[in-house]
Amino acid sequence: MNIVVAVKQVPELQQIRIKDRQPVLEGVPFTLGKIDKNALEAGVQLKESNGGNLVVISAGNEEVEETIKEALAAGADEAYLVLDDGLTNIESSLSAQLLAATVKKLDDVGLVIFGEGSGDNYSGQVGSRVAELLGLPQVGYASRIEVEGNLARITRSLEDSDEILEVQLPAVISVLGDINEPRIPSVTQILKAGRKPKTIMDLDDLGIESSEARRIMTLSNLAPENQRKRITIKTVPDLAAALRTEGGRGTK
Amino acid sequence: MILIYSEKTELALELLAAACALADKLGSSIGALTINNDSGAKDLAAAGADTYLVTNDTVNQADAASVAGVLQQAAQRLSASIILLASNRRGKELAGRLAQKLDAGCLTDVTGMQAINGKIECTRNSLGGATIVTQQIESEYQVIAVSPRTYAPAAAQAGGQVQGLDIQAAVSAVKLISASKKSEDTADIETADILVIVGLGMEQADMELAHAIAAALGGELACSKPVATDRKWLGEDRIVGLSGKKCKPQLALVLGVSGQVQFTVGIRDAHTIVAVNNDEQAYILQMADYAMVADLKEVLPQLQKALS
Repeated sequence: MNIVVAVKQVPELQQIRIKDRQPVLEGVPFTLGKIDKNALEAGVQLKESNGGNLVVISAGNEEVEETIKEALAAGADEAYLVLDDGLTNIESSLSAQLLAATVKKLDDVGLVIFGEGSGDNYSGQVGSRVAELLGLPQVGYASRIEVEGNLARITRSLEDSDEILEVQLPAVISVLGDINEPRIPSVTQILKAGRKPKTIMDLDDLGIESSEARRIMTLSNLAPENQRKRITIKTVPDLAAALRTEGGRGTK
Repeated sequence: MILIYSEKTELALELLAAACALADKLGSSIGALTINNDSGAKDLAAAGADTYLVTNDTVNQADAASVAGVLQQAAQRLSASIILLASNRRGKELAGRLAQKLDAGCLTDVTGMQAINGKIECTRNSLGGATIVTQQIESEYQVIAVSPRTYAPAAAQAGGQVQGLDIQAAVSAVKLISASKKSEDTADIETADILVIVGLGMEQADMELAHAIAAALGGELACSKPVATDRKWLGEDRIVGLSGKKCKPQLALVLGVSGQVQFTVGIRDAHTIVAVNNDEQAYILQMADYAMVADLKEVLPQLQKALS
């Protein structure tokens, strides 16, 4: 059985600087989304307990071929990548089409695992869209996954309750960031990662146009304005006075 | 028509308020959908909404595909091109599935909407909260999931009514075995007027002082993510930030938090921010209304005395 984990390359968020309210992305290295690493770890654990082949899939610009080594070092057996320089900052609907078409290239897929949201946009749509495109059942916000034969038992964690659900494979699952603690790859794993098989595809291979109608138009993307008073406080009595005044104003 | 849906009536009432704010400018009518929820339908009608009640035991609320199938049919039947959902976990999972069924553009975690020239300009956090992006959906159908508490719930209003809507549902492939309420202490940091927020610059021995200061101010105690997930000093329901809760208190006292954007996104809508940190370079001091560079070990005991 193939266990598929879909990941997204995102800019290293800690290294994004803001200049004149604009985000500066030049020179910022790419990495995998934080919760994507939890999705990978979930895949690795299922492989350890149930066997199978762990395939990481991703769509993006040429840099993905380098970024994906993180996933291969973390325990994926092979990678299927859709690479095209036009695939930078693409919208969720196109990502979903590319990933669904990639999953279709694989036989005997049991699970397609996503993180609950990407590191940069955190929109959380792509897993649901891929499930619909593939006509598969989905369970989102998993905090636990167990597979027995052809059946997955999943704990879904909602804001105020937990649900235990069963679903026949194949199925699409999105996992929470606290489902597990991703392991740090060993030096040997990192060295081996470069030699693991990668299948590289372009848009033609999948019969998809990147120029198809855009569904989302971005009007602006700016850092919020800082309109704080920025008063310096030196003493605890002044601190207590400020707290009393500001806290006593009642509700907005 | 603008069609609104959330399985939680209190969130559906917020969506109703959001829809009302848009409907006039867009020249749209508003419809509210409820599934197997008679009392929710009555509450929405009491707030003035034309409410459509789907009664069908085959619909599985725990299956996004099942609910999306109902919404797709309802949207097409009622000629609703704008669908507003709540951006709670169920709503976000539903949003992507429904958008794909309708071949629609979709925005989730939306924190503001404005109707301009017939389009809806939506704002949401981007780049992990470093920026706020303004976007609009260009496709025929639009699916917008609105963050909880972005709008105050719609108030009682005359003119609403409930009518049945007959919708077919396919048998769900997801089976709900059991559901259980979370048993954590129910801290509601999102609605608190005053928050005292602690970070890794605190020592565990001083947590009691932090509790006492929060109590003296009449506020709730909250924390940055690692305080809950790594140190486990507080429950995860008290995390402020991108992967925790977005709070809008009147006053936030932020103690020993450096202020990375993943944290500040959860507090930047506070009316007043007071920050104490021993590192004068800490970013939190730049985004504070009152900033104090000091050692918490010295400040906290004195502050507790001064406030009690």
